[in-house]
Amino acid sequence: MSIIYLLIPIAIILAGIGIWGFFWSVNNGQLDDLESPAHSILYDDDEHLIPDEAKQRKPTEPPTEKR
Amino acid sequence: MNAAEGNLHKRQGCYHCGLDIPNHSQFFTVIAGEPRRMCCPGCQAVAQVIADGGLENYYKHRTVEATSPESLSASEQLQAEFELYDHSSVQKHFVADLPDGTRQATLVIEGITCAACVWLLEHHISSLDGVIVASVNLTNHRARVQWDDETIKLSEIFFAMHSIGYQGHPYHPDKEEQLLEQETKRAMRRLGIAGVFTMQIMMLAVALYTGAGASLEADYENFIRWASLVLATPVVFYASRPFFQAALRDLRTRHLTMDVPVSIAIGGAYIASIWATVTSSGEVYYDSVSMFTFFLLIGRFLEMKARHRTGKAGNALLNLLPASAILLCDEGEKIVAANELQQGDRILVKPGHTIPADGLIVNGTSSIDESALTGEYLPLTKNIGDAVVGGTINVENPIQLEVTQVGESSQLSSIVRLLERAHDEKPKVARLADKVSGYFVAAVLIVAATVGTVWWQISPDHAFWVTLSVLVVTCPCALSLATPTALTAATGTLRQHGLLITRGHVLESLAKATHIVFDKTGTLTEGNLSLQNTYRLSDLSEVECLDIAASLEAHSEHPIARAFHRASRQDRVIPAEQLTNHVGMGLEGYIAGKRFFIGKPSFASQFCGKPLDFSDAPDSHGQWLLLASETEPLAWFGLNDPARKQAARMVQQLQKMGLEVQMLTGDSSAAVQHIARQLKIDKVISGVSPEQKLQHIQQLQESGAQLIMVGDGINDIPVLAGAQTSIAMGSATDLAKTNADAVLISGELMRLPQGLRLARRTRANIRQNLSWSLLYNLIALPLAAAGMIAPWMAAIGMSASSLVVVGNALRLTKLDRPDRLE
Repeated sequence: MSIIYLLIPIAIILAGIGIWGFFWSVNNGQLDDLESPAHSILYDDDEHLIPDEAKQRKPTEPPTEKR
Repeated sequence: MNAAEGNLHKRQGCYHCGLDIPNHSQFFTVIAGEPRRMCCPGCQAVAQVIADGGLENYYKHRTVEATSPESLSASEQLQAEFELYDHSSVQKHFVADLPDGTRQATLVIEGITCAACVWLLEHHISSLDGVIVASVNLTNHRARVQWDDETIKLSEIFFAMHSIGYQGHPYHPDKEEQLLEQETKRAMRRLGIAGVFTMQIMMLAVALYTGAGASLEADYENFIRWASLVLATPVVFYASRPFFQAALRDLRTRHLTMDVPVSIAIGGAYIASIWATVTSSGEVYYDSVSMFTFFLLIGRFLEMKARHRTGKAGNALLNLLPASAILLCDEGEKIVAANELQQGDRILVKPGHTIPADGLIVNGTSSIDESALTGEYLPLTKNIGDAVVGGTINVENPIQLEVTQVGESSQLSSIVRLLERAHDEKPKVARLADKVSGYFVAAVLIVAATVGTVWWQISPDHAFWVTLSVLVVTCPCALSLATPTALTAATGTLRQHGLLITRGHVLESLAKATHIVFDKTGTLTEGNLSLQNTYRLSDLSEVECLDIAASLEAHSEHPIARAFHRASRQDRVIPAEQLTNHVGMGLEGYIAGKRFFIGKPSFASQFCGKPLDFSDAPDSHGQWLLLASETEPLAWFGLNDPARKQAARMVQQLQKMGLEVQMLTGDSSAAVQHIARQLKIDKVISGVSPEQKLQHIQQLQESGAQLIMVGDGINDIPVLAGAQTSIAMGSATDLAKTNADAVLISGELMRLPQGLRLARRTRANIRQNLSWSLLYNLIALPLAAAGMIAPWMAAIGMSASSLVVVGNALRLTKLDRPDRLE
């Protein structure tokens, strides 16, 4: 059990590092826009980054939508 | 296909902006391999630029339709306007020179509706040669652009934004805005501290709970307590500082609010826990302290976010006043920054430009659009010697002005001063929770003191712990959560449905309202003229008449002309030749060698055998224009600013809910009575100045009315600020939005009665919550005072009562069934 004498201080130090990182990101403007980054990840604008052989062939006819 | 896309394109509107497509118009743009129908040449041009730039994905990802772009016909003029921003005297206010030789500026962008707009703007601007960085912030609609001035001019960047349907303005951060930003960052840091350390403390608290008294050795228990103390200290001293500060302020002003018991609970439990830690006795409450702080901070943070959302105060006036002016001096024309103008300067104002300062016309005749200031929706004709007001728009001809007033003394500034005064005189709403908590706090303090004294007499050993358990058990968690949770839930629901609440008192005031006062132009009506009906007077068909009219009006930016631009079916209107503009009367021009007139009946029919007058028009309301050739009158065009579609139903519902509906407008034309009759509004006050508007609502408020004011223009700002509750339309000027307590983002008027009903339910909900938490405290208090409640029981009771309150508030996240059906 005496290991907690080591582990708890380590946990406190880690939390402190986390807080330091959080402060850095707030002061650095990383959190100014809380909305658009959540959406931008979903945009398929990276087609030119996909190697040609890895691209999925688009079916000539769209599959019928199933519900 | 995602759901949002499906919903957007199901309706048969313009593919770009979603507005109805006029029956006869034929505008198409090929997007993603398919021709899509557009409503106007403006949308077509914008969609074409987007498609050409390979940015069609915008249409796939957007969740809200784009705003309809202004007509692009005046692009040369716009180009000239944007070029003003290239001048160093204008740039020095908002452009920074970076050490590597590039320049950087922050711009405010108008027209951003959803996250896809951000994506579109960033990609389009970044793809320009010479632009190094372009990042757009969705929350505050600001773009940070860094560019190389050798390769690209700032005006070209502005023009590129304009070509995809967005308007850019330079952004000057003012002091207030910087303070807001600091406030947000501080609140975030507080939230972070509270969140991270609360989790750590909870972890340790689990060890204390499970091992208490039994398996955990005293040494370990002590160590864990000390560790919790270390973790809780920053939470108390940094994160919960706003509560302590507010409590101190309240005590100084002798006014008890919720901050006082919150501070006592946090401070008391923290000090008691330190005592327990140091003396290795009793119980520690670090977990309760930090969790309580964390939850309250979340609530405050959300409230603050909502408040800042509309806070673009710094730019509101700037958008209205142009950044530059054309100064006439001995050497000819010189472009100067508008704020450098002096009294007595002579300036040139081109058509379509905003007038930079108050002045007198010394040369030229034109019509001036004063709708922003007066609400009058038609421009007024001004001649030499007439005064014009800074911030209004010159519509037709170039005019020369002598500047009479600048800066502080200008009329626009005086409206802002009126606004400040109105703010001070705004009736204060006493909040139910504050009143209750005031008594409650006083009672708790007295009881705790009494209990402490009595126990001190009976058994000094127990006195401290019993007193503490009284304080903890009555810890006003439930009470202080009662109002915020209900308000947060209701505010969130309304926001989802397009009514954004920005001040805390709004829901309570909405629930109590007895009167609701509407502005006309832009609020009850659409705010722009449209062609309502055409009466033929000759053999020519309606469409032919419309074509002639559109050709005559092709070059004008007058609101009347714009109505014809929108109604025209042609792809490209062929402008008439030898166009002559008779200011205040109408236009004449030649089409295929024939001379045509359009305008006031007496003017247009001057060469016809029989002169016509307004009395000959098909009916007496609305605005009638006559189209005539040299020989005969051809057609009457009826123009109108139509009422919004839902307006009549909304007024009816509000009246059914027992509210008195009034209309208060600066417009004095016959259209006022027509709209009032159409919407069945009995009480109408028309043709009033901003001061008179303010007076009217102040009189109403003094006579005991609980008032809601709904408006949109600059002229409504003082009245919005002075009204007990004010709601601005989503299309309103920024200044109006910042001064309103709520913003109707979607412009859907039916949200008002729905919002009012939800507000009434919220009030009931808050009452239930307050009664419940008071009841709980009444039962628990005597038990605690008698020393019968162990700390763990107090903790469970506290959490349970809080949960009941939160659960009850969650019922407000849904609109009523009848609300939803509508």
